[in-house]
Amino acid sequence: MAEANKKDLILDINDLVIHYETEDGVVEAVNGLDIQLEHGKTLGLVGETGSGKTTTALSILRLVPDPPGVIKNGSIILDGKDVLNMPIKELEAIRGNLVSMIFQDPMTSLNPVLTVGEQIAEVIALHEEGGEKEAAQKAGDMLEVVGIPRERYGEYPHQFSGGMKQRVVIAMALACNPKLLLADEPTTALDVTIQAQVLETMKQLREKYGSAMIMITHDLGIIAEVCDEVSVVYAGQIVEHGTLEDVFESTLHPYTEGLFGSLPNIEERRERLQPIPGLMPDPTDLPKGCCFAPRCKYCTAECEKARPEKKWVNDTHYVRCTRYNEPDFKIERSER
Amino acid sequence: MADTILEVKHLKKYFNTPKGLLHAVDDVNFTLDRGKTLGIVGESGCGKSTTGRSILRLIEPTSGEVIFNGENIVNKNREQMRLLRREMQLIFQDPYASLDPRKTVSEIIGEPLKLQKLVPDKDKRAERVHELMEVVGLADRLVNTYPHELDGGRRQRIGIARALAMEPKLIICDEPVSALDVSIQAQILNLMQDLQEKMGLTYIFITHDLSVVNHFADDIAVMYLGQLIEKAPSVKLFDKPTHPYTQALLSAIPVPSLKKKRERIILKGEISSPINPKPGCRFAVRCPYATDRCRTEEPKLVEIEPSHFVACHLTEGK
Repeated sequence: MAEANKKDLILDINDLVIHYETEDGVVEAVNGLDIQLEHGKTLGLVGETGSGKTTTALSILRLVPDPPGVIKNGSIILDGKDVLNMPIKELEAIRGNLVSMIFQDPMTSLNPVLTVGEQIAEVIALHEEGGEKEAAQKAGDMLEVVGIPRERYGEYPHQFSGGMKQRVVIAMALACNPKLLLADEPTTALDVTIQAQVLETMKQLREKYGSAMIMITHDLGIIAEVCDEVSVVYAGQIVEHGTLEDVFESTLHPYTEGLFGSLPNIEERRERLQPIPGLMPDPTDLPKGCCFAPRCKYCTAECEKARPEKKWVNDTHYVRCTRYNEPDFKIERSER
Repeated sequence: MADTILEVKHLKKYFNTPKGLLHAVDDVNFTLDRGKTLGIVGESGCGKSTTGRSILRLIEPTSGEVIFNGENIVNKNREQMRLLRREMQLIFQDPYASLDPRKTVSEIIGEPLKLQKLVPDKDKRAERVHELMEVVGLADRLVNTYPHELDGGRRQRIGIARALAMEPKLIICDEPVSALDVSIQAQILNLMQDLQEKMGLTYIFITHDLSVVNHFADDIAVMYLGQLIEKAPSVKLFDKPTHPYTQALLSAIPVPSLKKKRERIILKGEISSPINPKPGCRFAVRCPYATDRCRTEEPKLVEIEPSHFVACHLTEGK
């Protein structure tokens, strides 16, 4: 999507920069990040702890804690509306309605003193016409949609298991048919068989309601399962972006290659994993050049001079890596 | 005859709860050869951690035998256990919670040496700590830092160094990498593999992540609600999972590849309560193939082919 038709986009983020200004220094969490997402599509944001994935998602709802968070630059256009310059009243109207979020930890994202039904009804009553009765009715419907019997409407979160709680959170997020769903590691806290159930439910519901989704995860397996497109995030910037096929089958960035090499894969039993050496750079002191350079086995002196620009290899696939300025450069994974 | 380091026989651990008797570990049996790795996998609440801790007697087993190096250790007294624990160590899941925040790296690694009075001399101890740090790949300059100054991967390296300080024979690793990012996870797994080769360690690797043990373990034991339901060499278990739960568990793992897609088996329902379990197979309520017999009669763990054990009525007699 080099030059996409802007009006088809549910979300258009350009050159987003977010810093956390703390006493210990400026944490450069997001550094010039772009997302263009079409209606009904699913984008996977994959990256490690501290890569800025969650901060990006929070900024779409303008929920980045301020202070210390400061949005330094960039624009976020959500369904044609400028989120960063929106009055609070309008923001409150779209949160949970046009766009909603599923958090990682279902244990802490529910209110322990309200019944699950009341919590879902609350969202509906806030955003939709009609009385409390109607909201309660619809909340009951939503419970059934996510596979929880309506009879459990009056139970409290502590009476539910982890997987069931996450279903409640999903019901809440989908209650007002959002056009965009932000899912931040929605299944990380769950067991694998329950994770499979929840992912399946999310998939079915997204098809039913046609919502677009940003799936934030560190698990490339989940990406392969649910996403149309992938953005690989490193140190607050997208280092590689493309369709699933682009990124999985013709991997370009050394970091993406490193992620695949580190991952135990049940289909490919190897003798040893190939970890990425070293650690993520300190976000208060990012390198001047490519942020991945200190850990990259392909790094040259050129890489340390300046941040690499986007390089499009086809209409859907780009990479930020200085080495691709050399016409013959290839990473090892592409030899497979 | 293989050289057996550990044999667990009829291990049980029940907890009294206000709601009834919780069968956390219910008659688990296995043997483990020296220098090998056994992976114990299962979902939260299946009793895998309780099994690990009961073997070390950090939790007292309700009944059963734990035979370590030919000796049943269940009836050993405190002093005997203290000496035995030099040979059997534990690495914890959460590198954030398992290190004393008020101690420096060198104090943490040196503490077992001090407690076990192995190296009473202070200078010699510092030397040994230095060696251990080198073994696990911790830079020398970190010797006086505190855990909060370090990232998760380095903290887990401290946990490993501390466990290695005693020169143990058996290390029980309880989810040692699940709190870490993938790139760091791979570093730690490789380190553990190197140490095993170098020192001839035996591991019990407890995890919920089947793809991790596939790499690591020689044998895999799958647990469900306190019971061991399938045990086989890793390659066999992945190629030919036989228990319906193992099949579902394997199929539920998201595979980071577009080419090889497994048929997904989505289980209905969730793990049932381990409190006063009903008779019959504990997986029967979720099992797509359950028959009346499964609901009434508990299946026994049977060797269906050499070194492949399954507890399921459907595979009996095959």
